[in-house]
Amino acid sequence: MSLDAKIPSGPLAQKWDKHKFDMKLVNPANKRKFDVIVVGSGLAGASAAASLAELGYKVSCFCFQDSPRRAHSIAAQGGINAAKNYPNDGDSVYRLFYDTIKGGDFRAREANVYRLAQVSANIIDQCVAQGVPFAREYGGLLANRSFGGAQVSRTFYARGQTGQQLLLGAYQALCRQIGLGAVKMHPRTEMLDIVVVDGHARGIVVRDLVTGEVSAHAADAVVLATGGYGNVFFLSTNARGCNVTATWRACKKGAFFANPCYTQIHPTCIPVSGDHQSKLTLMSESLRNDGRVWVPKKKGESRRPDQIPEDERDYFLERKYPSFGNLAPRDISSRAAKEACDNGLGVGPGGLGVYLDFADAIKRLGEATVRERYGNLFDMYEKITGENAYRAPMRIYPAVHYTMGGTWVDYNLMSTVPGLFVLGEANFSDHGANRLGASALMQGLADGYFVLPYTIGNYFATAKQPKVNTGHAEFKKAVDGAQALTKKLLGINGKRTVTSFHRELGKLMWEKCGMARSEASLKEALKRIPELRAEFWKNLKVTGENNSLNQDLEAAGRVADFLEFAELLCLDALTRKESCGGHFRVEYQTPDGEALRDDEHYSYVSAWEYRGPDQPPVLHKEPLVYEEVHMSTRSYK
Amino acid sequence: MNFTLKVWRQKNAKDAGGMVDYAATGIIPDMSFLEMLDVVNEGLIAKGEEPIAFDSDCREGICGTCSLVINGVAHGGQRGTTACQLHMRHFTDGQTITIEPWRARAFPVLRDLVTDRSAFDRIIEAGGFISVNTGGTPDANALPISKVDSDRSMDAAACIGCGACVAACKNASAMLFVSAKVSHLGLLPQGQVEKDRRVAKMVAQMDAEGFGNCTVTGSCEAVCPKEISLSFIARLNRDYGVSLLKGVK
Repeated sequence: MSLDAKIPSGPLAQKWDKHKFDMKLVNPANKRKFDVIVVGSGLAGASAAASLAELGYKVSCFCFQDSPRRAHSIAAQGGINAAKNYPNDGDSVYRLFYDTIKGGDFRAREANVYRLAQVSANIIDQCVAQGVPFAREYGGLLANRSFGGAQVSRTFYARGQTGQQLLLGAYQALCRQIGLGAVKMHPRTEMLDIVVVDGHARGIVVRDLVTGEVSAHAADAVVLATGGYGNVFFLSTNARGCNVTATWRACKKGAFFANPCYTQIHPTCIPVSGDHQSKLTLMSESLRNDGRVWVPKKKGESRRPDQIPEDERDYFLERKYPSFGNLAPRDISSRAAKEACDNGLGVGPGGLGVYLDFADAIKRLGEATVRERYGNLFDMYEKITGENAYRAPMRIYPAVHYTMGGTWVDYNLMSTVPGLFVLGEANFSDHGANRLGASALMQGLADGYFVLPYTIGNYFATAKQPKVNTGHAEFKKAVDGAQALTKKLLGINGKRTVTSFHRELGKLMWEKCGMARSEASLKEALKRIPELRAEFWKNLKVTGENNSLNQDLEAAGRVADFLEFAELLCLDALTRKESCGGHFRVEYQTPDGEALRDDEHYSYVSAWEYRGPDQPPVLHKEPLVYEEVHMSTRSYK
Repeated sequence: MNFTLKVWRQKNAKDAGGMVDYAATGIIPDMSFLEMLDVVNEGLIAKGEEPIAFDSDCREGICGTCSLVINGVAHGGQRGTTACQLHMRHFTDGQTITIEPWRARAFPVLRDLVTDRSAFDRIIEAGGFISVNTGGTPDANALPISKVDSDRSMDAAACIGCGACVAACKNASAMLFVSAKVSHLGLLPQGQVEKDRRVAKMVAQMDAEGFGNCTVTGSCEAVCPKEISLSFIARLNRDYGVSLLKGVK
């Protein structure tokens, strides 16, 4: 099958307007006849469920958490970009579009990114109307800041809790619709399968996480807004529950998975303190504005950092990237830190950390100013590590943070299975090979508030599928399959815990397919993952039973999917013989160690088709055509 | 470090439940409280016993999922800290630690330390929102809002909905939670239009869920991981009084 992105014709700036006019509408009185299932209740899921219900569709929304307000969007700290140009500093829709395309290392779809920049301003209006308490100036208007190295101030924020406030806005809109009876909410319910009837997505199979009951739900369209797959690395800044199950099981039902190798590593996280570590915590990148990154010059240095004299320290970012110094982009800073630690110069437990030193900033600005700027971050650091960063340098290390890859979708956010729409981090569409700071919140809400409500109507008006109910044979088959899988997991009765498998997989992925990848390391991972998977199905120990709240069983199902998905991620990384954004292949770098893109051969989206458990997946390519922008090379020297 | 844990185990909502002793050994001070429980659970699974069920997700203090009463105090008694951000270095080697679920009639126990807090969602569904649909909203800067009001609104909006306030209250009152939402929206001009209706509906739902009344002991504020101020309850009472006088239902 060939991939059709369904990008509207015409000039870039008019594509979305033209498309909105060309799309067919559903009569207001007919909307209530269409059932929509939304899986996930983060920014994308909650905004979509609320907006669709407001339009009159009958919506059911599912989340595995105990409440829709807990989705991991809530943890986003920094802010949300929008091309409002309130500060009068030269921002525009085109500039936001261009920055996003360039930041994505020219591996995103032009038309989608332009639309994202266009609707960004509406998002801010919407959120303010909902009561999101964005930061303001004394004159009463909204405050903006520059974020992630952007040259304009286009980021809106609510203290360090922007994700929380945006999610609560969407959650409240969703709750209003639940209260009105327009949305049926199913918390503590996990999606286990997609049901496809006559080639169209017609429902899902879920497990009630309290009773263990497996049930089927039919609809006229299914929307997945189930987030990213960062937890394939076990340790990441994602929440514990984040998983790939929904999008991976959709992939097995025919929804191609695009660009899984585009994973983003964030440079300023608190280092791992031991084998017990369950997750990693991000600290705002803004710390690098005043902190200096260094490691000792001598291997096996045992002195306290304040006893190491200046000439025995290597300020490696300032040395390698004199013009950007400590503010070098995320991927570059992360790789440089890894390199220092690989050379045996790392600090702290296990040698996996580098210093982020504020001594100079405190000398220059005084402790009070540093406290005013970063006090909450220093407090958070102390809470976790027990160390006072005003006295001794912080220790930081990179961690997996966001995944740009996801289910392949066309311009309408529909996957290769008609009627299956995928939104937010779960799809692949807007960030290319690298996401810019403050763009994830923008994309999640753009998809849910301002894109899907239009495109889903066009699908209903044109697909004209007959009604199905859960009595259909496909639903029965999917329910049986889900129950059989649960039974199988409970019946292995081996010796190793789920966490031990997940941890081993994560370590393997981090070492072989993490910040720097090579043909040899990827081939080794591709050999090791099937072995680990085979051991999982022979030697896993899951306690308890199906018909009760069983967190061990939930984790087992998710790890089973990670063990399959990890192979696709490595295969994609092996196939993409270039370095771009979050994907760095050591064979493809400039003489001074920078990522070397190969536009001639790799300017395409890799969309993978699942062909069954014993067959290799098939690669489909969607060429990336740039009508407006000229591809250039990033340089931070 | 080694600890003796006394943990509430309860098979399901109908089971009577009771405290069970466990030994937590080889714990290192840098572990979070939940990582300590992870270690204990790994040991239980290896022995073929069912692990202790407890809720957690983000493990960075913002999602509001974790919900443990530790040594009698919701979230463990470190000021402004959720259980997931509480670290073992704050405990004494050899100490006995009791761990219980939130206890309130409106938060029934589902299993072990996991409770059903959907009553909070139903309170928000009753009125904890501003009734605007997607699209057609005015420009965000069309409505100037005093920075003082906006900051105060944000203080209230910081609530993570964990329910520690209810767990700490001798009356199992949800007033701090409800007051935080009523104040977050009521302090903003966008929230004025349906202010009376909002407070009336939310308080009615709060009562229907079986939460108790507020007797202003302040235990909620003391355990709140986001340090939501008790003064918002005064605001809630005022707003509720006004809605009663106006006869709003």
